[in-house]
Amino acid sequence: MAAPAITAGQPAKKQSIRSRLHGGDTVAHLVTLIFACSVLLVTVMLVWMLWSTSGLTRAKFGFHFLWGTNWDAVAGDFGALPFIWGTVLTSVLALIISVPLGVGAAIFLAELAPAKVSDTCTFLVELLAAVPSVIYGLLAVFTLIPLMRTYVDPFLKKSLGFLPFFQGGASGKGYLTAGVILAVMTFPFIISISREALMEVPRDQREAALALGATKWESTIQVVVPFARLGILGSIFLGLARALGETMAVTMVIGNDPNIHLSVLAPGYTMASLIANEFAEANDPLHLSALIEIALVLFLITIIINALARLLVLATRGKGTAHSA
Amino acid sequence: MNRLAYRKAVNYVMLTATGVCTFLTVSILFVILGYLVYNGGKSIDWDFLTKLPKPPGENGGGMANAIVGSAIMVGLGALVGLPVGFMGGIYLAEFSGKAFGFVVRYMADLLNGVPSIVIGIFAWGEIVERTHNFSAWAGGFALSLMIIPITLRSTEQFLLNVPRALREGALALGAPKWKVISTVVVPAASKGILTGMILGVARVAGETAPLLFTAENNEFWPKSFNQPTAALPVAIYKHAIAPFDDWHRQAWAAGLVLLTMVLLTNITVRWIMGRGISVQKG
Repeated sequence: MAAPAITAGQPAKKQSIRSRLHGGDTVAHLVTLIFACSVLLVTVMLVWMLWSTSGLTRAKFGFHFLWGTNWDAVAGDFGALPFIWGTVLTSVLALIISVPLGVGAAIFLAELAPAKVSDTCTFLVELLAAVPSVIYGLLAVFTLIPLMRTYVDPFLKKSLGFLPFFQGGASGKGYLTAGVILAVMTFPFIISISREALMEVPRDQREAALALGATKWESTIQVVVPFARLGILGSIFLGLARALGETMAVTMVIGNDPNIHLSVLAPGYTMASLIANEFAEANDPLHLSALIEIALVLFLITIIINALARLLVLATRGKGTAHSA
Repeated sequence: MNRLAYRKAVNYVMLTATGVCTFLTVSILFVILGYLVYNGGKSIDWDFLTKLPKPPGENGGGMANAIVGSAIMVGLGALVGLPVGFMGGIYLAEFSGKAFGFVVRYMADLLNGVPSIVIGIFAWGEIVERTHNFSAWAGGFALSLMIIPITLRSTEQFLLNVPRALREGALALGAPKWKVISTVVVPAASKGILTGMILGVARVAGETAPLLFTAENNEFWPKSFNQPTAALPVAIYKHAIAPFDDWHRQAWAAGLVLLTMVLLTNITVRWIMGRGISVQKG
């Protein structure tokens, strides 16, 4: 719904008053415009700051920075691949856990639960999104890490240890632990947005499927979910964007090991946690520049994922209203 | 088993599975709450709320300075971020054209999605690097950057929800647009706008990453805005990863204080003011 563009005409008033009143509108327009532009200004300054202060490493390493595997602040050799790998791997693990859980819960809340239960559950799940990430980190350090160390990691090693993904020392800190925490942090987004997308599916779609003899589940999975797929995909991308940029909780459980490991039980490092750990102590200009370039890479990745997610969510909103007659 | 029975069985199994998914996800909130209340409840005491931290290894002390520091920086952030976001939201809802409005809206959403640690680096570059010291100003600046896009988008949404007839009625009486906005549209949407603002501030109050290298940390009371300043989330982080048992105890207590503040704000605001108001996500 756009703001109505209506201007009051006052033919009877004198010219001066009319221009003064109109002047008030112009002033209000300009003042609010300036504030709105602050968003553009901040974004541009942010990009410029990241770009200009990472010049040293960009000049020295070029694109090799992105696939260099060595990170040695003393020798002045910097490569970002272990951190990109860690960020991507933890986020993918998070999605593997949270997508089935989140979409499943969204289906239950949108299709089966009575409206009251659905609203209350959604409210509770959205409260999870309000929990600060450092609290997740705190809980993970004292409860999840011991749990993973004593039960989950040994179990995975015993049952799936022949695969390269489940080998190595199981200290409880590592990619998988970070993935679990990230899963908990992403599914509030997946649930609440997927649920909305599912609820926007017109009722006649469901009824048509049911009338053809489909069971409730068949109508849901073969008709309703495909209809809402763009919105669900958008919600997953939004969750992914959050997982990629998440800092504190991951920093506390990832184990801080700047090497690439294939095993999800091994300790690793992500881009955000590297910055959190090393930025305050980085005195060498090259080291600082390398960390800022990491921030630039992280910024670009999350921006792209976010932009895609918003477009997908927007696309379904339009579609939902167009089809519901 | 015949085909129909099979399909019915699948139906029941899968529908039950979605219920289990819901139960699992919702119960996590209660697990978190339970653990924090249990561990934090037995660690929290009067000293924690009123005393300064003790040096590492010594028992006792509290985090009063971090609570005050958090209040200062969240206050600074809100003081800058809320008005800017509010005015920007008015522009988007009332004045903007289609194309430019889309650009601003999209940029605000993108800014909202920027990892908070990157915002921290930006604030470090703009303020700490120039003034050569960590300060509450820098921390407040970083937080205000996070408040702006949240407030801007929620204000815009609630303004757009105001019925068109209300605007047209006021305009028909001959009021200029700025007067219609300030005396009719904004008051009509004030409840929602306020809800969005409070939720935005509550969300930012729990942020750690933007403060790590802007406000840094401090063992003492904040004396001026130009000094490193302690904040509750940062204190939780530093205490949780330290190797002292008494610090862990304090981390739990601080976690309980922070979570109580954030959840209480969320629940009261959404319940009392926001029943039926859909809050912007992401």
